[in-house]
Amino acid sequence: MRPEPRLIEVRKNVLKQNDVIARALRDRFRAAGVFVVSLVSSPGSGKTAFLEKTLTLLRPRFRVAALVGDLATENDAARLARSRAPVKQITTGTLCHLEAAMVQTALEGWNVSDLDFLFVENVGNLVCPSSYDLGEDLRLVLLSVTEGEDKPLKYPTIFNSADVAVITKMDLAEAVEFDWETAYKNIQSVRPGMKVFKVSAKSGDGLENYFAFLSQRLSELRNAVVT
Amino acid sequence: MHELSIAMSIIELAEEEAEKRGAKIEAVHLKLGALAGVVKEALLSCYEMACENTSAQGSRLIVEDVPVIIFCQTCNAQRTLATIQQFTCPDCNTPSWQVLQGKELEVVALEIIECAPNHA
Repeated sequence: MRPEPRLIEVRKNVLKQNDVIARALRDRFRAAGVFVVSLVSSPGSGKTAFLEKTLTLLRPRFRVAALVGDLATENDAARLARSRAPVKQITTGTLCHLEAAMVQTALEGWNVSDLDFLFVENVGNLVCPSSYDLGEDLRLVLLSVTEGEDKPLKYPTIFNSADVAVITKMDLAEAVEFDWETAYKNIQSVRPGMKVFKVSAKSGDGLENYFAFLSQRLSELRNAVVT
Repeated sequence: MHELSIAMSIIELAEEEAEKRGAKIEAVHLKLGALAGVVKEALLSCYEMACENTSAQGSRLIVEDVPVIIFCQTCNAQRTLATIQQFTCPDCNTPSWQVLQGKELEVVALEIIECAPNHA
């Protein structure tokens, strides 16, 4: 006779391994006083251009560095290196997202306490990165004006998991008849209260607002560590 | 598409638990939140594929969908969302991003068959 199956309770988080590493990273970043920003978006939304500009303009004022994830090429790291900030490429192979362990490995040999800001650019993908905590303080989701105002409704999970949204390529807004009110409303629908920045990496418009926000968050982090 | 690597993690976790008990896995019960970022259909087909040549081969993955529950400050109560496209209270329309439930990706139970009765 075939034995009856027995039901046993387990209760284990499937992504526990990632979460444990992410927590260790976050503790390490806090202790070092470095503010970590991760960037997620669809491919082609302008993450690398935005980050290159960010690194270039912040470098005279802060100690900045970046890790950049990509499936196959090292092109993004080469582009970002033009900013003269320390940059390391994480090539994920076939993996569609970054995991905390990859960030940990990429940081080997880096002293994070030498930094004010560390930027981590995820693989261009609006689905998979949402589930993986990388130990970041702030997750930034980018949406370019050329993508359509309903992106947040199509990918609610990643927009909901983010802390801040950045609308990129604002210099093209008029040409593509970008409807700001609708985009803003859709973002607020999937993530009420989310702060939204409008920027153009090309003209530089809107970047100073974003930098002021980052700088304030860095002070808050350091004050919290001290007290 | 990260469902395959998630399916592999689920199997790894289940195998570990089953091995402790010297048992064979019949089924894995999973709680899947609407905000977990995992597509159920993709996960189910990946699971079958990932089970091949493991001790979980032939086992079933039973997925329990977990809806998003938010806390509504106006109602001072928990509210279940019907859609993840609108984070507002279904009763009073107040927006809320305080998510109390819906991110679960958790193995909650296993159905196992104990191979050898090694318990007294």
